[in-house]
Amino acid sequence: MARQAYDEVVLTVPVTVPYVRYSIRSAHWFLGRALAGLIAGAKIPKARIDGLAVASFTLAPDTAVGLTQHLGVTLRWLDHVPMGGASGIVSIRRAARAVESGDAEIVACIAADTNHPDSFRRNTATFSQFAQDAVYPYGSGGPNASFAFLTAYYMREYGATREDFGKLCVAQRNNALSNPLALFKKPLTLSEYLNARPIADPLRLYDCVMPCAGAEGFLAMRRATADTLGLRYARLLGAIERHNAFPDDPVQFRGGWALDHQELYAQAGVGPDGVDFVETYDDYPVINVLQFEDLGFCGKGEGPEFIHANTFEVSGTFPLNTSGGQLSVGQAGAAGGHLGIVEAIRQLTGETLGARVADPRRGLVSGFGMINYDRGLCSGAAVLAAP
Amino acid sequence: MAEPLMRPKRKNPISRTRLPTLPPAARSYAALGLTAAAARGAFELQVCRDCSAVQYPPREVCRNCLSQRLVWRAQDGYGELTTETVLHTAQELFFRERLPWRVGMVRLDVGVNVIAYVHDRVGVSPCRVRIEAALDRAGQAVLVANPEHGRHALSDDPKLREMTCDPRTRKVLVSDGKSEVGQAVTRALVAAGADVIWVGEAEPWKKIPGFEALREVPQVKIVPLDVTDGRSVRELAGEIGAKVDILVNTADCHRTFGIAARRGIETAQLEMDVNYFGLLRLAQELAPVMKARAADGPTGAIAWVNVLSIFALANYPPHGTYSASKAAALSLSQALRAELKPAGVRVINMFPGPIDDEWDQLVLPPKLALAALAAALVEALKGSVEDVYPGDVAQDWRARYLDNPKVLERELSGGERSV
Repeated sequence: MARQAYDEVVLTVPVTVPYVRYSIRSAHWFLGRALAGLIAGAKIPKARIDGLAVASFTLAPDTAVGLTQHLGVTLRWLDHVPMGGASGIVSIRRAARAVESGDAEIVACIAADTNHPDSFRRNTATFSQFAQDAVYPYGSGGPNASFAFLTAYYMREYGATREDFGKLCVAQRNNALSNPLALFKKPLTLSEYLNARPIADPLRLYDCVMPCAGAEGFLAMRRATADTLGLRYARLLGAIERHNAFPDDPVQFRGGWALDHQELYAQAGVGPDGVDFVETYDDYPVINVLQFEDLGFCGKGEGPEFIHANTFEVSGTFPLNTSGGQLSVGQAGAAGGHLGIVEAIRQLTGETLGARVADPRRGLVSGFGMINYDRGLCSGAAVLAAP
Repeated sequence: MAEPLMRPKRKNPISRTRLPTLPPAARSYAALGLTAAAARGAFELQVCRDCSAVQYPPREVCRNCLSQRLVWRAQDGYGELTTETVLHTAQELFFRERLPWRVGMVRLDVGVNVIAYVHDRVGVSPCRVRIEAALDRAGQAVLVANPEHGRHALSDDPKLREMTCDPRTRKVLVSDGKSEVGQAVTRALVAAGADVIWVGEAEPWKKIPGFEALREVPQVKIVPLDVTDGRSVRELAGEIGAKVDILVNTADCHRTFGIAARRGIETAQLEMDVNYFGLLRLAQELAPVMKARAADGPTGAIAWVNVLSIFALANYPPHGTYSASKAAALSLSQALRAELKPAGVRVINMFPGPIDDEWDQLVLPPKLALAALAAALVEALKGSVEDVYPGDVAQDWRARYLDNPKVLERELSGGERSV
């Protein structure tokens, strides 16, 4: 049986708790600020929130359960989504079914992480059992080496160059310049990208997201609820998720989207040519290219050509990561998977913080997460539409 | 190409002695099986007894059929280096001090991916490689991708060399040079390129021809050392303790008695005094200073070798009290290993079967030749293992012990099995 279409589910009230490189606050603070932003934006009392989907790496020892008491909310639906960069899409899927069925009326989907100077090391040292046993002891803990493997392989197999990846990073930086919340404020030149400090060959500094602290959030509800509350919203046309796809590929050169994108477009009633902008998960540029291919914007291995053919800027062809993406805004941990969703809602409702794509009707957002060992395991994508 | 192992420069005496840092040592219960195999130089992965699927990373149930019957089995290690990187940044101090590091992903022919260190002599990916397991400075197993063909020592790669304890250019203390084992070990260390070998002499009145000949070897310095005398150990430790890179404890007292063959416990006490308390005295006086010097670069303390006996695993009743003293020493060596681990000083235990020396005169062959024992000891230092079972008898006992220690006990007690 194919995935059933979504019935009148909307996403609304895009909230970003401004990012900072380091914070003395805990994840609870950022999650609390996000929820406060959501109820203020929706002009509803806190008690109206009856569902909560939470994503965070740094909430430990708490989970979403502890958060209910910390934030003083009484809920009839609660989910903790530990899927890193796929958490946002997965939260949408869970929340959408909850509001469709009446299990909840208004679900707050929030994601946040704090960042202390030592947070990144602590998080990567104990990221997963496989990583602890079979990756971290080699000095390659954390995503840098993992994405270096993927990038080196992709470049060798499909002829991509550093310049190709650089073009994406430069375009995203240009998109970020109008976003007041982006942590990177200065333009990035291709030469700066190419000559940056080496991190893990072939990756250099500007291939890697900068970890920071911050939060993202939005509300999921039925369209009628949003109309009653007088909220601007984006409609959910379709959404997919997949975990541990293609386990036998020797090196990850495709993600779970390749298995599911046809069903996504069938649900949405449009194809890849029917979306006006794309928010990919972009912790490293190579993963953008895998999403172009596996979501059907071009064929496998055609990524380099596709990069040559487009500008990726808000005002150009194939607007990509229109707020700057994680590469230029910053990666607030698990909130990185919600950043593109929040930006897509803003694009479709006309609430952008920076530049807006000309009259966007539909946007595609995708998520990718959890390098558990040698590859990212979780993938997801959603198509959203203006009302 | 790697530079050969050269004599390190003398340490600047006014610079601070660096403190040891180690690679990450945390491992799950399942993953320690890899370390257990690497400790004796083997590369093993879990294999499913039900569907034969090979597993990696180590896990609790089969990735294919969910069977929980996973057993560790030796692997040939052949595979392809599919992608690689050179790390220029690292979060852990150990790696920061040693950047850049070359790391790769290898698809083994048995169908699993491993992340591995890539040996200097391996060409660029993609290419065929052979994976081996080694113990890193934290004493945990790591995987190393070597060129597919030929023998490539860890010490041929300047970074991987740190996983070895190659005696070349090192300063070594051999606790007892008078025994035949002590003489053979000393000669083997000279041949392996050790710079200085202090050789302990306990009873100067005993003139033994082979030992007298050692005095003529330029690298050898005979020093007074009686491991049954705390003061003697302390005095030697005060004199040379801060220079010893490798300690080889050859001191051994072997009398061939069971329980009823002799009245009184004096002989057994002497065995314990040398074999157990001797190790304890050495450990108390020398281990702390070796620990402090563990990060002293290429001239730091790196290894402690105990020549135990296969009788330490299971009692050989005709040599009953000797077996007990070696079992005590084995137990103590485990405590020593734990105490030296935070500094990255490796404790290597040798478990020879009967040796072709005077005290195993009446034991039937096969017996381990002295030169073979000494060669195995040097080989262990050049590699990255911590338990060595040299010779056929030791291998046979070990296999029986692993198979079922109770059965081995019965075999040894009933005379069904002799050594």
